[in-house]
Amino acid sequence: MSPDTPLVVAAKVDNALRLSAIDRKAARLGLEEGMPLANARAMLPALTVMQANEPADRQLLERIADWCDRFTPFVALHLPDTLLLDVTGVPHLFGGEKALTEQAVNGLTRQGFTVRAAIAGTIPAARALAWYGHGTIVPLGGEAAAMAPLPVEALDLDAAVVQAFHRAGLKTVGQVAGRGRAELTARFRKEMVFALDHALGRAEKPISARRPLPDYRAECRFPEPVATHDTILATLKSLAQRLASLLEENGQGMRRLEAAFFRADGAVRRIAVETGHPLRQAEVVERLFREKLDALDDPLDPGFGYDLIRLSVSRAERAASETAGFDADLNAEREIRFLVDRLAARFGSHRVLSFQPNDTHIPEAAWIDVPAQYARPSPLPWKPVREAGEAPRRPLRFFAAPERVDVLSVGADGVPLKFRWRRVVHAARHVEGPERIAMEWWRHQTAQPTRDYFRVEDENGRRFWLYRDGIRRETAEPRWFMQGVFA
Amino acid sequence: MMEADTLERLRRALAETKALEENARVPLGHDDADAGLKGGLFRGALHEIFAVPGHEGAACGFAAAAAFRLAGKKRVLWIQQEFAAAEFGRLSATGLLELGLDPAQLLLLRVGDGVEALRAASDALGCAALGAVVIEITGEPKAIDLVASRRLTLGAAEKGVAALLLRLHAGPQASTAETRWRIRAFSPPENENWGRPAYEAELLRNRHGNPGRWVMEWNGDDGVFQEAGAPDSRLVVSAPGDRPSAAALEKARCVA
Repeated sequence: MSPDTPLVVAAKVDNALRLSAIDRKAARLGLEEGMPLANARAMLPALTVMQANEPADRQLLERIADWCDRFTPFVALHLPDTLLLDVTGVPHLFGGEKALTEQAVNGLTRQGFTVRAAIAGTIPAARALAWYGHGTIVPLGGEAAAMAPLPVEALDLDAAVVQAFHRAGLKTVGQVAGRGRAELTARFRKEMVFALDHALGRAEKPISARRPLPDYRAECRFPEPVATHDTILATLKSLAQRLASLLEENGQGMRRLEAAFFRADGAVRRIAVETGHPLRQAEVVERLFREKLDALDDPLDPGFGYDLIRLSVSRAERAASETAGFDADLNAEREIRFLVDRLAARFGSHRVLSFQPNDTHIPEAAWIDVPAQYARPSPLPWKPVREAGEAPRRPLRFFAAPERVDVLSVGADGVPLKFRWRRVVHAARHVEGPERIAMEWWRHQTAQPTRDYFRVEDENGRRFWLYRDGIRRETAEPRWFMQGVFA
Repeated sequence: MMEADTLERLRRALAETKALEENARVPLGHDDADAGLKGGLFRGALHEIFAVPGHEGAACGFAAAAAFRLAGKKRVLWIQQEFAAAEFGRLSATGLLELGLDPAQLLLLRVGDGVEALRAASDALGCAALGAVVIEITGEPKAIDLVASRRLTLGAAEKGVAALLLRLHAGPQASTAETRWRIRAFSPPENENWGRPAYEAELLRNRHGNPGRWVMEWNGDDGVFQEAGAPDSRLVVSAPGDRPSAAALEKARCVA
């Protein structure tokens, strides 16, 4: 790509390649957005053309939105090229609306973007003024006045409507707004009138934020970016402390926390931890983040440091107030919960498991592994299969998928006497069985063969649990499987 | 006068320490083995359990039974490498239940490798609410070395949480373990009925006593190890209708 030739981006619109974006040089040479690519090439043969890539554009806009999260958590995308920030109640943190606008514009300009910005009381007004009146800050209720001189294109309406305005001689927003509402509704339908009302601050439409808003949040801004692990954790702890007192007032505890790290150069990293029970201790929060940060596959890269760290509670739950208990059992239970949370933060909650009984007689489904963080006492009891005094009837280790076994010799009653499993031949010395287990036909579309289970002890005293898939009247050639190994 | 007082105090302190120590030893229930262990397995220590190749199931059962005895009413954390489930099967709640162990008492942690297993174990050993931590390691990863065993020993001693290192597909190496066992399934010489699970347990290393070798049977009803073939163990042999009698089995064998 030569630096001297003008650069344009072409996209397919209505089956024709048209310019969707052009650089400054191309604009100076007379190209315009929306022009067919063939015309542009005819005017300027030395043209660098790039294919439009909408997903990439969107991704970039998302990244910019991430960066803008530092100003407010209410950030919405307005594709293809606009971001809406709800800064209600925010400007004083940045030294006023003007200073806030400057910080946003300067920050993005430093990153190499061309930015236009405006602050107004409604979404369309802010959008229109950003495009047609960069730097405008509309005072309260001043939308109609600020919009009046803008061309009608600023209203972001259908091209057909805009054309109709032009034909009717309405060139500015002010001229359109001056017409009677009944007249406009009759000519352009009420959607357009609503859009106009909305733009001028006569009708309300809320902003829909990009990500769900947290129940609670606290943040810490740094004049000098911070980068060390210890400072980051200490910051998280003090933020957690602040959140904890808020939560305490409302009788709530944190179940899910998200830390957002805003790097000075614009990159934003979000890291979440979850807890099994509502939590309010800042030390515990700090420890969970320590575990999580330690175990990250791609560690936190502070670069030149973070200038903002925000901690939000994305899920809060009712929690009884924590009394420093003298009850030993309660303390032990709390310690276990903390351990489970820690292990889950480090290894993932799907890897810290506890067992729960399951209401089925299918052996491999008789229990389920559930994440211990979310496990609650089961209403079902654990019921042993064996009678008192008997040896176990279920193996301690179950193969996730039953493994094929070649039964080399079968006795009367279909008892396996010699079998090969994992290339080793075992001779049965004791066999107990069969224990016949019918599959749950009502759960399956096709008929499942009945299983005959045998407990088999080989010549070395090892005990296995084998089954024959299908009883005689179901199958002529039964297959055998190893379900598990006894302890 | 002063001296007598001091002496009395020392005597009492000694008795307390002794009581504490006795309390810290958990008898297995098998008289000879407990005698060899000077009263039982030491709670705040590292114990290694090796499986004789092919007898992984038995070693796993022995480890589970020992861990639950050591833990008492407290929870047991079982750390397992992810692939172990494919190789030796997943730990089953019903299997624990059939051994007389409460599945609700167990926490299972799946980790990627030996390094993660050790990292998790040293964190868990600091949690006094746990009774025992079983670290199941397959093969001989580099991470499991003398330093690791020392760390586990110290960790176990600090809060009195027992550490059991269950080694599958591995041979003994230098370590600081309090005891080291080698387990295989016990195969009785003569034909008998289908009895309780029994182990041939070889005590290879015993820091406070002599090595030994015993046949231990796990009695899941009382939650103790006992002599194999102890009077009550084979007493209850029910003959449900859903399986062939011993005679039919005998006949079957002749046919084969």
